[in-house]
Amino acid sequence: MIELKNLNKAFGAVKAVDGVSFTARDGEITGLLGPNGAGKTTTLRMLYTLMKPDSGQVLVDGIDAALDPIAVRKRLGVLPDARGLYKRLTSRENIEYFGRLQGMDEATIAKRIDGLSKALDMAEIIDRRTDGFSQGQRVKTAIARALIHDPGNCILDEPTNGLDVMATRAMRDFLRHLKAEGRCVLFSSHIMQEVGALCDRIVVIAHGHVVADASPDQLREQAGTSNLEDAFVQVIGSAEGLAA
Amino acid sequence: MKTIITVFLKEVRENIRDRRTVINTLLTGPLMAPLIFVLLINGIVSRELDKAEKPLPVPVIGAENAPNLIDALKQRGVIIKDPIAEPEQAVRDQDADLVLRIPPSYGEAWNKGEPAQIELIFDESQRDAKGSVERLRGIIDEYAQRTSTLRLVARGISPIIARPLVVADRDQSTAQARGGMMFSMLPYFFILGAFIGGMALAIDTTAGERERQSLEPLFANPVARTKILLGKLGATGAFALTTLLLSIVAFSFAGQFMPTEKLGMTLSIGTHFAVLTLIAMLPLVFLIATLQTLAAAFAKSFREAQTYLSLLMFVPALPTMMMSIFPFKVETWMYAVPLVGQQVTITRLMRGEVVTSAEIALCFACTSLAAVIVYFITAHIYKGERLAIST
Repeated sequence: MIELKNLNKAFGAVKAVDGVSFTARDGEITGLLGPNGAGKTTTLRMLYTLMKPDSGQVLVDGIDAALDPIAVRKRLGVLPDARGLYKRLTSRENIEYFGRLQGMDEATIAKRIDGLSKALDMAEIIDRRTDGFSQGQRVKTAIARALIHDPGNCILDEPTNGLDVMATRAMRDFLRHLKAEGRCVLFSSHIMQEVGALCDRIVVIAHGHVVADASPDQLREQAGTSNLEDAFVQVIGSAEGLAA
Repeated sequence: MKTIITVFLKEVRENIRDRRTVINTLLTGPLMAPLIFVLLINGIVSRELDKAEKPLPVPVIGAENAPNLIDALKQRGVIIKDPIAEPEQAVRDQDADLVLRIPPSYGEAWNKGEPAQIELIFDESQRDAKGSVERLRGIIDEYAQRTSTLRLVARGISPIIARPLVVADRDQSTAQARGGMMFSMLPYFFILGAFIGGMALAIDTTAGERERQSLEPLFANPVARTKILLGKLGATGAFALTTLLLSIVAFSFAGQFMPTEKLGMTLSIGTHFAVLTLIAMLPLVFLIATLQTLAAAFAKSFREAQTYLSLLMFVPALPTMMMSIFPFKVETWMYAVPLVGQQVTITRLMRGEVVTSAEIALCFACTSLAAVIVYFITAHIYKGERLAIST
């Protein structure tokens, strides 16, 4: 479970994140939706302790990120916005590296890679060097690398960004699979369709604020429209930066 | 410790797969110094030998005015060439190294016992011609000296009268020291080798990793950033150290092929030299690796990092240049200054002079201290928020 309490972060005079609070529960998919530049990535970066909030608190399974960032990172599987791989290493070697950094032993790493490789359909690419991988192959490797240690909480920053239709569908199935395993899944997106189709709960961020925190149905009800897209536009105040 | 080793092994494995890095570490870095030296020394030696033994061709204008002088020149290996129409122009255009002109008035002045003038046309700024000019002047002076002796004797005066002062040269430099003077550039080449060896990794592990956007996921792992940094520094240092080791070995090997004895020099390059050089250089290698990583951490991109590190490469050249321009006396404090300490130590070792273990220890300790200080600065940068963020 992930709890964010009144997070604030400013870069100079720009308030990137301004009082963001929400909770992402285990066994649920929580979507973080907002236009480009709304503060999604900054919020997630504070969550996985890459950045320190100016004020506010991050709790992961009850552990305060400010007090024990390493314990928090151990409980998180993170697919950041930046998902660079090591080009001169194979997909497997990329994943193994992170497994070792997680403190796992070699046998567990090997077993876990087998499982992830099946779940993500990576058998063909697992022993190839990642140089020349397609966007989809890169994302698969990056996700396997992020989840190698079987974390209870999965944070994915725009996981379908740049994927084609088939790869996007496979990614959505994978997220549902993570949810079915009882994990807490938190992902950000600026694509409404995706959030509407996947999420149990939607947190809408605009200009650094949480402007809505509800289930898709509640959101429609709140806005008084049966169309989710119209509902989004209404809570955000404009359609700027959103994609269907 | 396990984390540090994991990072170290990954960086080493990844960079060993990069052919360009491997070539720089194993070939370019270590072989550059010995190669340049062998070429340089062989060039100097063959030129010196050429100059001393080869016949000296000199175009002479008005040779018929001084047949005796011409005979004397011929005896000493000068080949009298045909006169040139425009001698000044020819020398300026470097068509001729030097031209000798004997005016028609020569014979008359000579017979009267007055100073007979001959002209030597040359270009002082032509270093290549300098040896020839000095040699010809020496031969002419000798001829003049002999003639004056004969004239004095003919007048019944002892020739000693004309030599009120005699200077005797007593050169105190040992053969090894003469060699060392020539090799004062060597420490710089060792240091440069370490620079080249570590450069690719310093850039790749920091600026490169950020540019490829893999630093952020790396930092999402539950390990302290300082451990990641230590692993990366270890890998950078290991590559630089490999270059240095090969460089010392290659130089010790190449030293045997340098005809240094022909120049009256001897060099003390052996196991003793190699071991002490390695001890003096060891902390410097890590200081350089850390400095390179620090510079790369400031850079926003791979390219920017390359620019910074290339500029950084000139820093070790400074003490070398200062020392070759300004003559200096080795003082104890010099061992305490990183770069200068290594420069002094290696130069003295090569000259066959004694470097005490206290001096080596001072050099080692102070450079290590500098490396630790730079490490803490780098660690501070590494802990900062901005380092990981590429977008």
